[in-house]
Amino acid sequence: MWQALRTDLKPKGFELVTVGLDVLGAAGCREYIEAANPDHPSLIDEHHAMANLFGVINIPSSLWIDEQGMIVRPAEAAPAPPTDTPGFQPPTGDLPQRLLEMGAEAMKIQASPAEYHAALKDWVEKGAASAFAHTPEEVIERSRPRTADSALGHAHFELATELEKQGDHQAAITHFREAHRLVPDSWTFRRQAWSLEGGAEGPLKRFWQGPSDDNPEVWPYEGDWLTDVRKEGAENYSEPWKP
Amino acid sequence: MLSTSKHIKRSDFEEATGWQFKPEGACKGDVCIPLPDSLNGDTVDIQELADTMGLPLVKADGKDLWAIGPESQGARALTTAEAPNLTLPDLDGNMFQLNSLRGEKVLLYAWAPY
Repeated sequence: MWQALRTDLKPKGFELVTVGLDVLGAAGCREYIEAANPDHPSLIDEHHAMANLFGVINIPSSLWIDEQGMIVRPAEAAPAPPTDTPGFQPPTGDLPQRLLEMGAEAMKIQASPAEYHAALKDWVEKGAASAFAHTPEEVIERSRPRTADSALGHAHFELATELEKQGDHQAAITHFREAHRLVPDSWTFRRQAWSLEGGAEGPLKRFWQGPSDDNPEVWPYEGDWLTDVRKEGAENYSEPWKP
Repeated sequence: MLSTSKHIKRSDFEEATGWQFKPEGACKGDVCIPLPDSLNGDTVDIQELADTMGLPLVKADGKDLWAIGPESQGARALTTAEAPNLTLPDLDGNMFQLNSLRGEKVLLYAWAPY
C-alpha cells in the first residue's frame, strides 16, 4: 500500500523512507521488506535511533521533512493509505484465545487514514503553503515531551538493545525494564522487549507479547500488550490526529 | 549513542546525535553549550562530555559498554526542526544517509515486525 503511494507521488518530488525498528535487525525485518519489494529506501534500526532523534514512541508513525531538510510535521501516528478493500479484520478461527482477544482490542484502535492522506497529498502539492506543514517552532512544540527521566530511559533502552545483540538477554531485560519505567508513554520500547520473550512458539511468537499460557510466572515485565492496552484503553493507543 | 570505550570520537558523537562541535561549543539548532578545553580534542571522555552537556549516561554492569542518551533541556524530543542526518543500513548492510534526499519531500516512516 505504501509502495503504491510512493509510486504515485514520486514524480512530484517525493520520497518514502521506511525504517524497521528491531533489535533483531535484518533477520527480524527481512520477510516483510522482501514481501513489500520496495523501490524506496528501506532501512533497519536495531537501536531505535528513531526514538532518540525524533521522539518516535509508537508504530506505525511518520515524520514529514521538506526539500531543505526541515521537519514540517514531527512524529505522529501514520495510518496506512485508505483502500477499497477491507482493512484489518479481527482474527477468527483456530487461534489461541490471547490472540483473538488482542485482535478484538486492535479493532478499537483509532486512526484517521482519510484525513492523514488528504493532508499528505496537499503538502506534496503545495509545500510550505500547505496548512498541514508547520513552522520550526510549531514542530518543536508538537514533538513529544521529553523529561530528564525520559532521556535517561532512552539511554537504558539503547544499552538494552546492544546487550540483547551480544546475547546477554538477562542484562538486556534489566535495562528494558528501566526504559519502560522511565519512558512509560513509549509503546515501541515495550513491544520490542515483549517481542523477544517466548510467550508462544512458532510464527506467532513475536506477536504474542505476553506471558505464555503454560508458564505465566516467568514473564519478566510488569505489563504485556493485552493488559496494557486494556488498562490504557485501545481508543487511546494512538493520539488523535490533529491538522 | 553506544560506545565500548570511555573515550569517544567527537565525529562519532556528531554523526549519532545530530550535535555539532563549533568554536562556540556543542550546538544543535539555536542551542550551543560551551565546552571546556578538555573537551576540545578529537577524542573526549564520555562521562565529562555527558556531564557538561547534561546528557544521561548508562554503563552496563561488568562490561566496557556505555550508552549516552538524548538531550532533554528543551523538554521536547526535538531541539531543532532541522532533521539530523539519520544514517542506517538497508537489508544488505549498505548505509543510507537521510541528507542524500535533500531537494525532495520525504516521508520518514517507522514500522516494526512485532
